[in-house]
Amino acid sequence: MSRVRRGLLIYLPLLLCSAVILLPLVYMLCASIKTNEEFFTSPFLPRGSGFLGIAWDHLTSVHYRRLFYDYAFGNNIINSCFLASATSILATLLTAMGGYALARFTFRGRSLLMGLVLGTLVLPNVLLLAPSYQLLYRLGLLDHYGGVILPLAAPAFGVYLFRQAFIAGLPRELLEAGRIDGCGEMRLFFSVALPMVRPMVGAFLLITYVGTWNNFIWPQIVLQTPEKMPLSVAIAQLRGVYFQDYGMMMAGTAVSVAPVLVLFLLLQREFIAGLTAGAVKS
Amino acid sequence: MNAATGRADMRTGWSPYAFVAPFVLVFLVFTAYPTLQSIALSVQQTYGPQASRYVGLQNFVGLAHDPLFWKALTNTAVFAAGSIFIQLPCSLGLALLLNMPQVRGRAFFRLVFFSPSLVGMIFVAVIFSLIFEKRTGLLNVLLHRAFGFDPEFPWLEDYVMPALIIAALWMYVGFNMVYFLAALQNVSPDLVDASRVDGAGVWHRFRHVTIPAIRPVGTFIVLLSLVGSFQLFELPYLLLGEGGGPNNRGLTLVMYLYQTGFETGDLGYASAIGWVIAMLLGAAAIMQRAVARGGER
Repeated sequence: MSRVRRGLLIYLPLLLCSAVILLPLVYMLCASIKTNEEFFTSPFLPRGSGFLGIAWDHLTSVHYRRLFYDYAFGNNIINSCFLASATSILATLLTAMGGYALARFTFRGRSLLMGLVLGTLVLPNVLLLAPSYQLLYRLGLLDHYGGVILPLAAPAFGVYLFRQAFIAGLPRELLEAGRIDGCGEMRLFFSVALPMVRPMVGAFLLITYVGTWNNFIWPQIVLQTPEKMPLSVAIAQLRGVYFQDYGMMMAGTAVSVAPVLVLFLLLQREFIAGLTAGAVKS
Repeated sequence: MNAATGRADMRTGWSPYAFVAPFVLVFLVFTAYPTLQSIALSVQQTYGPQASRYVGLQNFVGLAHDPLFWKALTNTAVFAAGSIFIQLPCSLGLALLLNMPQVRGRAFFRLVFFSPSLVGMIFVAVIFSLIFEKRTGLLNVLLHRAFGFDPEFPWLEDYVMPALIIAALWMYVGFNMVYFLAALQNVSPDLVDASRVDGAGVWHRFRHVTIPAIRPVGTFIVLLSLVGSFQLFELPYLLLGEGGGPNNRGLTLVMYLYQTGFETGDLGYASAIGWVIAMLLGAAAIMQRAVARGGER
């Protein structure tokens, strides 16, 4: 009896919290397949005489179709994919190489660079909004993808994380052995060093990909042409225009959110390992 | 110096520079330079990105006398307090529950709790703009059905701060829980057993075994929440509009920065606000180190 009660005491709050956490996402999905006429008849799916008391035949894909035909949402999806891929690959490459050099070479200016990296680590991103905007204006990069990608391509915390990963996971002897075998430095990095920190590479790619996908303020400031906008900006504009078209708003949000959640479902181990790596060490 | 080591030096001599060069180039242009420039901008007044004039410390003096700035600072501080005193205890509670040895399906629960933090804040804002709606919104509908709560409860008009704190709670409670779960792995099982043998109660064990073990990570999570809270933007921007709703009830520091810098066009004033945020967070970081170290003594 007390074991049952103890189990109840643990699982009841856990299941209750899970339900509350999933509720808004379920709500979003349900809202995106209801007609606007039936939107308010029930909080989730419309009632009817079908299986489970739900009017299945009343459900509609009209919001999704309108999204792609009337609003060219496909374009925004491609923009988001491109921006997130370009930024995450570039950022991972630059910071992995930088972290490798800081971890495994001694060179002039190394401690200066390390100091700079650690110094900017504590500065909040929003501090750079105004000066970066002015800089992009002078470089002629406003309303260009370069202006969105480059400022996010050299994150200091990435160099810091990769430096830690190389120090912990790449034995010096391995590099020495490679050099004695006559392996070139670039090949040594790509085929010996990088595979040793593969979990970090995966985690960092994922985190920067999702971070860029979800970034709103930066593309909102830099880009001006509607055709260039990623999903985050497009959805905010969609809400400004169609704020009473609930079904379409939720369909747009579902399309924007689904790829990231699927990615997480497939690769959750990498995600969580990457996120906690930084915290537990520092 | 013999020929062999000379050759070895030459072989690796250039390579560290080749490895750091791409990062350093982008970092210097797009991080280091704007950081310095933000200091220069904070003593200027600008009209868009081109025209500017030197105003000395006037921006900071202006901020001190700017009621909207104080409003934004107060709102941001209230939100941060909500994150730390409501959200983090919930996260720790969930982590303690999930950490119990007899729990099954831990991976499933962790997956569910963590997933909202991957939804971008702008998308969360769109979803919650419907949930917080009067009468028709999910929250009021459910509260009305369950507890007879007022279905006209005006979340986005008069209860802006609770609404923002609730939305952020949904988004980040599982994110922080994952950190707490990682921290709980530092709790030594031997110490727990020993205290159990000594007859220590649950609360006593929590206070004297668990808390000291998770203290370093715990203070780091507090700092992380502060950093995130002080950069709150998308949620109130979309839910309440650019001014932060009626009477600027939900105006945050970053919203005010955005408004002055990119609506009004004064990048100087915006930079001054940026530096105030940076200095507040810097002070918090220094305090975090002191508190975390205090635990080690």
